[in-house]
Amino acid sequence: MSIRQTFIAAAASLIAFATVSASVLPASAQTLRYANQGDLKSLDPYTLRETTTIAHHGQVYEGLVGRGKDLQIIPALAESWETPEPTRWRFHLRKGVKFHNGDAFTADDVVFSADRVRAKGSDFTTVIPADAKVLKIDDYTVDFVLTKPNPILTSQWDVWYIMDKKWAEANNANAPTPAAATSPSFASLNANGTGPFTIESHQPGVKTVFKVNANWWGKPEHNLKEIIFTPIASDATRVAALLSGEVDIIEPVPVQDIARVNGSANAAVMAGPELRTIFLGMDQIRDELLFSNIKGKNPFKDIRVREAFYKAIDIELIKSRVMRGLSTPSALMIAPPLFKLSGDFTRPKYDADGAKKLLADAGYPDGFEVGMDCPNDRYVNDAAICQAVVGMLARIGVKVILNAQPKALYFAKVFKTGGFNTSFYLLGWTPGTQDSHNVMHDIMGCRDDPASPRGATNLGGYCNKQFDALTDQVLQETDTTKRDQLIKQAYEIAAKDWAYIPLHQQALAWGVSKKVKIVQRPDNQVLPYWAVKSE
Amino acid sequence: MTDAPIPRTPSLLARTIDSDIFYSFRRSKLTMVSAAIVFLLLMMALLAPVLVVQNPFDPAQLELINSRIAPLWTAEGQKPFLLGTDEQGRDIYSAILYGMRISLVVGVLGVSFAAVLGIGLGLIAGYVGGAVDSLIMRIADVQLTFPAILIALLIDGVVKSALGNHLDASTTLIVLVVAIGLSFWVQYARTVRGSVMVEKNKDYVAAAQLIGLPARVIMIRHVLPNTMGPILVIATINLALAIITEATLSFLGSGMPDTMPSLGTLIRIGNNYLFSGEWWVIAFPGLALASLILSINLLGDWLRDALNPKLQ
Repeated sequence: MSIRQTFIAAAASLIAFATVSASVLPASAQTLRYANQGDLKSLDPYTLRETTTIAHHGQVYEGLVGRGKDLQIIPALAESWETPEPTRWRFHLRKGVKFHNGDAFTADDVVFSADRVRAKGSDFTTVIPADAKVLKIDDYTVDFVLTKPNPILTSQWDVWYIMDKKWAEANNANAPTPAAATSPSFASLNANGTGPFTIESHQPGVKTVFKVNANWWGKPEHNLKEIIFTPIASDATRVAALLSGEVDIIEPVPVQDIARVNGSANAAVMAGPELRTIFLGMDQIRDELLFSNIKGKNPFKDIRVREAFYKAIDIELIKSRVMRGLSTPSALMIAPPLFKLSGDFTRPKYDADGAKKLLADAGYPDGFEVGMDCPNDRYVNDAAICQAVVGMLARIGVKVILNAQPKALYFAKVFKTGGFNTSFYLLGWTPGTQDSHNVMHDIMGCRDDPASPRGATNLGGYCNKQFDALTDQVLQETDTTKRDQLIKQAYEIAAKDWAYIPLHQQALAWGVSKKVKIVQRPDNQVLPYWAVKSE
Repeated sequence: MTDAPIPRTPSLLARTIDSDIFYSFRRSKLTMVSAAIVFLLLMMALLAPVLVVQNPFDPAQLELINSRIAPLWTAEGQKPFLLGTDEQGRDIYSAILYGMRISLVVGVLGVSFAAVLGIGLGLIAGYVGGAVDSLIMRIADVQLTFPAILIALLIDGVVKSALGNHLDASTTLIVLVVAIGLSFWVQYARTVRGSVMVEKNKDYVAAAQLIGLPARVIMIRHVLPNTMGPILVIATINLALAIITEATLSFLGSGMPDTMPSLGTLIRIGNNYLFSGEWWVIAFPGLALASLILSINLLGDWLRDALNPKLQ
C-alpha cells in the first residue's frame, strides 16, 4: 500500500469512526471547558483530601452515598441502608452497576475500598473508624460493625469513593498513593470508577479530559459529551481565558477581577458564602521549631506566644485590603452556618502592642525567626494573605521566612504523609461532614496515638485531652441542644488555649460563561455533572 | 650615545580617549544613550538605600493600609508613593530599585560563573585536545540543543528538591546564580576553544614550550589574553540574557520569593492585576526591565562591532 493509499484509508476510517460516535451521542452534546487555579495531580481517590481534587474525582468515582444539590445525603452506590442495632449498619448495594472497564460492582469492592482507604498512605483514614469491621453478607449487602455507636458514620462517605478490587489487584494498585509520593503510581495516572464520566486522558499539570460514561446507572442531568480540564495558575490568564470564551468555567475568579467579569458580555460571577475556614496553625509538638533561630525550645509551646501571634494579626485590614471586602472574619474554626452557637464567640481584638508585650513576657522581647508554609494556588489570595501576615508579625519583631508554593508541593510537605513538615502554616478546611465533629477530630484532636486517625490533619499537633473527651461525647450525643453545648465547651477550651488562629471564611466566586448553567454548592465543589451548556 | 628624545608615554586617560574604541563610541549616539541609561540604572540600584522611601524587603515597613495606591500624578495618588503601591503596600519605585539590585547581582554573578567555567573548560579542551576535547565539546553540544531557560529551570528544580524546598533568600540567590551560570557556559567554552586552537600553533606558544613553561602557565599567561576580545562581547550580551533568565525564572515562580522580589517577581505579582485596572503594578517594573535589557544589548552590539577588525 502506498503512503497515499494508507493516508486515504486512515482518513476514511477516521470519518467512519467519527460518524459512528456522533450517532451514539445526542445531537446537542457539548464540550465543557473548565479551568482551576490548581492542578489535578493524582487520580488516586485516596491521595489528597482537598475539595478541588475530590470534586474532580467525583466525576469518575462514586461513594456508597452522595450529596445532593443542597448537600443532603442521598443514595449512590448503596440504594438504601439501615441500622439494625446502633453499632451495625447494613448497606444494600445498587445492582447492575458496572465499572468503566466492565467489571461488575459488588460487595467485594466495598470491603476492598474500606481496607484501602484506611491503609497507610491514604489521606482519608478518618472516614471509617479504624476498628470498624466491614463484612460481606452477600454480593449486594455489606455490614459495617462498629465498636461504639456513630450516628454520623455516612457523613463523610460522599468523598469515600469506591474502587474496583479486580482492577486494583490486576494493576498493583492495592496500596493508596501517598501525597508525598515522588513517582506516580498506576492508580494516580489511571482511573476506573462507576461515575458519570470516564477519564479519556490525564496529563498532570497540563490537561485532563473526561468523556461521558454512556453506561452510567443514573440519569444524566447534564448535556455534555466531554469535560476538558486545564489548570491555569495565573489569575490574569485564567480571567482572560474566560472572557475570551476559551474556557466556560473558572474557579476561583480573583477578587480583583470580579467587577471586570461581571461587566463582560459573555460571562458572570457566581458568588456565595463558602463554608471553608481559612486559618493559621502553629507547631506545638516539636521540641524545636523548623527554620528558627531559637534552639532547644519551641516558642509556640508557650501559650503567650500563641496569643501574641493571634493578636498581632489585623484581620479587618486583611479583609479590606487583601480580600477586598469579600471575606467574613471568623472567631471559630468552623463557618457560622454549620454551628448554631457561633454567635456566642467573638474574635479577640487586634492589639499589636499587647502582642509585643506578651512576646516580651514570654522571653522573646526581640521576637524570633520561624519558617512559614503557604500554598499559592489553593485559596483565594492565599499567598497574599501569608505575605500580609509576615508583615504584621514583623511589626511585633517576629521574622517569618515565607515559603509559598503550589499546592501539590505544599500538601506533600505539610500533610501527614509528608511527616507534618511545617512549624507555621496557612490552611483552609471545610468539614466533610458539614459538622463540628470533623473539625474537632481531624484538625484539633491530639495526634499522640499513631494508631488512631485522630488529628490526621492537625499539622501543628495541638493537644488537649479534655478537648478530645468532649469530641468523643459529641460523636455519640444524639440530643442536638446538648450536643451544641458540648461543642461550645470544646471551642471555648481551644480559644483559651489559643490553639489556632482562625482568619476568615472566603467568599466563593466562580466565573461562568453565560452559555452554562451549573449548580453551586457552598462546599465549593465544581461538579460539571450538573452543568448544562447551550449551543 | 644618542640624544634622541624619549617619547613620553601618554597617560591611560589620554590613550583611552585616543583609542579606536572610544572613537567609535563617540560616533554612535545610540551607544552613548544606552551607556547613559545603563550607568543611570546602575547608580540607582547601587544607591538604592538612600534613594527609596521604604525598604521593600523589610515586611515591617510595609503598611497594608497603603496598598493599591495609584501613581502620584493620578487623581488617587498619594505621597510619597511616586509610582504607586502594590497589594502589600509595597512602594513600586522602591521595589524596582531593590529588585534591580537583585537582577543585576544575579546577572553579573551568573555571567562571571559561566565565564570562569566556560573559559576554563574551553582552554583545557583547546590546549589538551584529543579525548578530553571531545568529551567536553560533546557535553557542550548536547547542552546547546536545549534552550538555556530549560536548563536553568532543571537545575533550579533539582537543587531545590535536594535542599528540601524551604530556602531562605540568600540560598535562592546562590541557586539562581549557579543555575544561570551552568546554562550559559557553553558559548564561552566554544569561543575560547576555537581561539586556542588557532593560537596554540603560533610561534610564541612554541617558544614558551621550548623554555619549559608548564602547560598551565602557557594557557593562562600567554594564550588566554589573546582570546579576550570575543569573550568580552559574549559577556556583555550574556549579561542581558542572564538578567532576562532570572526574570523569567522569577516570573515562573521558581526565582526570588515574593517577600524579596526581583524585577521578574514584581512583574509576576503585577500580572495578577492586569485586568483589574491596577496597571502600575506591572507597567513600571516591566519598563525598568525592558530599558535595562535593551541598553545592555545595544552596548553589547556596539562592542561586538567595535572589536571586529573587519568592520574598522
